[in-house]
Amino acid sequence: MTGGLLVLPVAGPLLLSGLLALVHHLRPHTTRLDRVVGPAAAGGVLVFAGFLLAATSDGSVPVLQLGGWQPGIAIVFAADTFSAVMLAVTSLLVLVSLPFAAALGEDEDAAFVPLVLVLMAGVSGAVLTADLFNLFVFIEVMLVPSYLLFAAGGGAERLAAARLYVSISLMASTVLLAGVGLVYGAAGTVNLGELAGAGESSPAVGFAAAVVLLALSVKSAVVPLHGWLPQTYSRTGPAVAVLFSGLLTKVGVYAVIRLYSVVYGGTPRYLWVIMAVALLTMVIGVLGAVGEHAMRPVLTFHMVSQIGYVFVGLALSTAAGLSATVFFLVQYVLVKTALLMCAAVVEHRYGTGELDRLGGLARREPLLAGTFAVAALTLAGIPPLSGFVAKLGVASAAASAGQHLAVALVVGVSLLTLLSMVKLWNGVFWEPPAEDAEGEGTEGPAVDGGAPAVTSALGSRVRPLVLAPPVFLAAAAVVLGLWAEPLLSVSAAAGAGLADPSGWVAAVTGR
Amino acid sequence: MSAALVVGLLVAGGVFLLLRRGLLRIVLGFVLLGHAVNVLLVSAGGMQRRGAPLLGETEADVAADPLPQAFVLTAVVITFGITVYMLALARAGDPGATTGHPPARSDAPSLADGSDRDDADRDDATADRGRRTDASEGGAS
Repeated sequence: MTGGLLVLPVAGPLLLSGLLALVHHLRPHTTRLDRVVGPAAAGGVLVFAGFLLAATSDGSVPVLQLGGWQPGIAIVFAADTFSAVMLAVTSLLVLVSLPFAAALGEDEDAAFVPLVLVLMAGVSGAVLTADLFNLFVFIEVMLVPSYLLFAAGGGAERLAAARLYVSISLMASTVLLAGVGLVYGAAGTVNLGELAGAGESSPAVGFAAAVVLLALSVKSAVVPLHGWLPQTYSRTGPAVAVLFSGLLTKVGVYAVIRLYSVVYGGTPRYLWVIMAVALLTMVIGVLGAVGEHAMRPVLTFHMVSQIGYVFVGLALSTAAGLSATVFFLVQYVLVKTALLMCAAVVEHRYGTGELDRLGGLARREPLLAGTFAVAALTLAGIPPLSGFVAKLGVASAAASAGQHLAVALVVGVSLLTLLSMVKLWNGVFWEPPAEDAEGEGTEGPAVDGGAPAVTSALGSRVRPLVLAPPVFLAAAAVVLGLWAEPLLSVSAAAGAGLADPSGWVAAVTGR
Repeated sequence: MSAALVVGLLVAGGVFLLLRRGLLRIVLGFVLLGHAVNVLLVSAGGMQRRGAPLLGETEADVAADPLPQAFVLTAVVITFGITVYMLALARAGDPGATTGHPPARSDAPSLADGSDRDDADRDDATADRGRRTDASEGGAS
């Protein structure tokens, strides 16, 4: 595959977004076109990512020096297996999230699909670029539509969460930009290929890149910079939260992994910092989840916890650890999206995600309950589902690197994950509706007579069409668990490319 | 040296404003921080060489580094757009209704009474209960 095509996953969605906005301007009140164009664009990027995966499987790195400038001056796009995997996962996610949002009626706003397309362009650009400043720009391209999507529809609580979200993101972006400036001042370049190994050899560049890593850690919500995530994602629109969970924080994670493996050359000197952060993130995230009492807050705290798992592999910085990270990231994005979709369906149909007010849905909604159960067990890492393969990979990589505390925590946090998933299962699907327990007065003012258990307001069930995306993703979790070999080999290739980035660096610098 | 002082002053002012109540002050804090970062970016290219970076106009050893200037240009545009959006967010809805406290203080301008108290730790049981009460009230009205 020639490198020139690398611009397609960025330019295509941007162009279509502009055209859609134009069509909406000329002919208002038409969402039918959006429902075709949006998934078509995501599908196109997915197909492209498939070709890219095939093209990079032999270790070759397609490169585009934008504008035909010489290497070293041009802004570079480059794709290795890791980029291709991320591109595939994110576009698959958009592909299933758009029909889901349409089924929930969240795409009524004329700007919804155009904004999602801009978001997707930003994500694609961020995973393909090999230039630090360009990374900043693409993260902004991704964040600005997310600000609008976050607040769209209004409502006091959603706007309040949007204020928090925008403030935190802007703070992180400011720090990121400052870090890029410091890197340029210290190294004289922001080309990641030119910066390869500079963080290890030069303390000044190492410090400057650490500022960038700090900002990216806010975006990827690692402890102690995670507080904003459960606060905001559980208070925006359900379908929007589904979309964000798979795209925004994952780009932060991608950038941290890329930056550390290239700029620091995977030097063991700072690995203990990442390991400490990873373990703290795992433990504190899951403890936060255990303490919550509604579906989305529990699930968003688990997002934090799972990001810890992803970072354990990075902290090992071995080929085995990094491939475990890539495998974990892929399956986790799919399964977390399935879970958040289940939560979104429940909230949309029954009006709440509070465990106190739900119950007994397993009988009313067997398909939804089954999907949730499979996805929840995957998240907890029960064999034979994909979560088990992923956690086994992380644990065995940690064990072979002699990190026994990490192994113990990987297992222990899985148990706590299972515990809080069982709590969700009991609260939402299994136990009889909460009206039986009413009148005890232990739950605070929200659950007194004014707010009866919502399942008593019987009505039509969830349409099967709405459930198609989460069912598909849960099925993917089963398939990736039973037949993990293809993804394992892909993630092994990606991990090898990250552990030894010399091929990527040579392609980017043109030397 | 002067650039470092300017950056330090701007960051100090920006952080001070960020820690104040009210979204309007936070927005102004971000404006100051953005300026600080812009000065930082320009100084990253070196403060000594000030010539216009044009071929044939200026010798290469006195021409300013154009790349940080391009960075700053991009950053200014992004910051401007987001600032405007944040101002719109500050204005949207009734800010007092979201805080779990009595609605907007009558003695304060509503624009400045932003999301100051929304950040209350939700793990905190009282705050959580307050939020829930708030939500159920919102649903009833």
